[in-house]
Amino acid sequence: MQYLVDIVLLGLLMITGFAIVRMRSLLAVTMLTSIYSLFSALLFVVLDAVDVALTEAAIGAGISTILLLATVALTTEYEKVPGHRSLLPLLVVTLTGAALIYGTLDMPHYGDPNAPVHRHVAPEYIEDTPEEVGVPNVVTSVLASYRGYDTLGEVTVIFTAGVGVLALLGVHLRKRTEQPHDYKMLVVLRVIAKLLFPLILLFALYVLFHGDYGPGGGFQAGVIFATGFVLYALTHGLGNAERVIPPALLGVLAAAGVLLYAAVGIEGMLLGGKFLEYNVLADDPVSGQHLGILLIETGVGITVAAVILIIYFGFVSRRPGGADAQDPS
Amino acid sequence: MYSIATILILVAIAVGLVRAFRGPTLFDRVMAGNMIGTLTVLLVAVLGFMNGRPEFLDIALVYVLISFVSTIAVLRVYVSRHGDPDSD
Amino acid sequence: MLDMLLDILSWILLLGGALFLLTGAIGVLRFPDFYSRLHAVSVCDTLGAGMVLLGLMLQGGLTLVTVKLMLIFYFMVFSGPTAVHALAEAAQVSGLDPVEDDPEDG
Repeated sequence: MQYLVDIVLLGLLMITGFAIVRMRSLLAVTMLTSIYSLFSALLFVVLDAVDVALTEAAIGAGISTILLLATVALTTEYEKVPGHRSLLPLLVVTLTGAALIYGTLDMPHYGDPNAPVHRHVAPEYIEDTPEEVGVPNVVTSVLASYRGYDTLGEVTVIFTAGVGVLALLGVHLRKRTEQPHDYKMLVVLRVIAKLLFPLILLFALYVLFHGDYGPGGGFQAGVIFATGFVLYALTHGLGNAERVIPPALLGVLAAAGVLLYAAVGIEGMLLGGKFLEYNVLADDPVSGQHLGILLIETGVGITVAAVILIIYFGFVSRRPGGADAQDPS
Repeated sequence: MYSIATILILVAIAVGLVRAFRGPTLFDRVMAGNMIGTLTVLLVAVLGFMNGRPEFLDIALVYVLISFVSTIAVLRVYVSRHGDPDSD
Repeated sequence: MLDMLLDILSWILLLGGALFLLTGAIGVLRFPDFYSRLHAVSVCDTLGAGMVLLGLMLQGGLTLVTVKLMLIFYFMVFSGPTAVHALAEAAQVSGLDPVEDDPEDG
């Protein structure tokens, strides 16, 4: 039964991939990319990787699709026909792919419990998590506690991406809150968006704080939080969205998340331990771990949400063709 | 029992995918995408029960919200380029 | 005895819901016009989803799992028809006309 679902999903994934390559209309390709991410998320669910499936569903089918759509809205809607023949590139790709597959024949079998990657650090993390960290979700404990320094690097990379978008694109503030050509969406959509918006934010907070016990954590929570604001911006217009959450505040929030993370690390040093050692943050080591994980996940969530919104506002507030062209957003 | 439901939902997803490829207009494809999204939510819930893992429901919950926002975004881009918003 | 009854009921709901979803998908494939396909999706999808979720709720009993299933159903009921409404309006505004029946054909 498991194999049947696996094979069917992989087959659908492959067919969707072919269709994405062959289609010319970029809006349709974006929809198909979102469907592709869905199938990947399903595969992760079948493989029992719940955290990864949650992240893939939230990012691949949500934010990625929306940013791709913003790009298509600014540029062209149909792919140009390529000017060269595709025989030589096909040959090169086939040879490279064959060489790579030949190289993987020496690797251990997929999921082999005797593979070196499963025999050294991984069993130690899985066995030590209940006593040292005390959270049921081993992914969170590895990400936030055992490999906390790596995660600090990841958050800094995300922050740098936000800074890069701000430096290259900038966010053009609206002069008035309502433009005469602002496309107003239907009343039904606006009401439902206002109804769902607080629920989405609340669900993001749930995913953040429940990340210790179920799938979730800072990254997914930040993405869901940003998606709520994107829904509001889509249905009520960019001007209203910029009044609700000013881009200047987003810059401050993006930095604040990274600072919070680093501050937790330095606090560990000030209390006598090493950088990012959570054991010294509270009276007993396990409570210290819980407190440390909570604080850094919050920092990650704040930065991720702020950076995604910076990138979204940066893309959508540009007008194609110059400053006075017809407003398409 | 869960196996039969899983197979039926997978067949429905495959049928929807055919419409996503064929549909002559963009709207057919967006509609097929939305349908595949709903079917995926249900498939995740059924798979969760089949494997005895209630944590999968969080994924289903996220996906309901995300697919709605995605659909609205595609429509917004298309109408702002092609539609006539003052025609009502 | 009550357990058996609940089990059978949830079987029926789960399989019936899956059949409705499949019917809706086949309708999407075979109807001639965009608006009729949209109708097939919206009605059959929401009904099938409701039945499947209700069947799973009966399996779950009175726990947090049932509450989450109810939340999923609640969100689906709000977002599904709204997305379909937005699709129909977008198609209308962009000039897609429904295929009308020729009064001379039977």
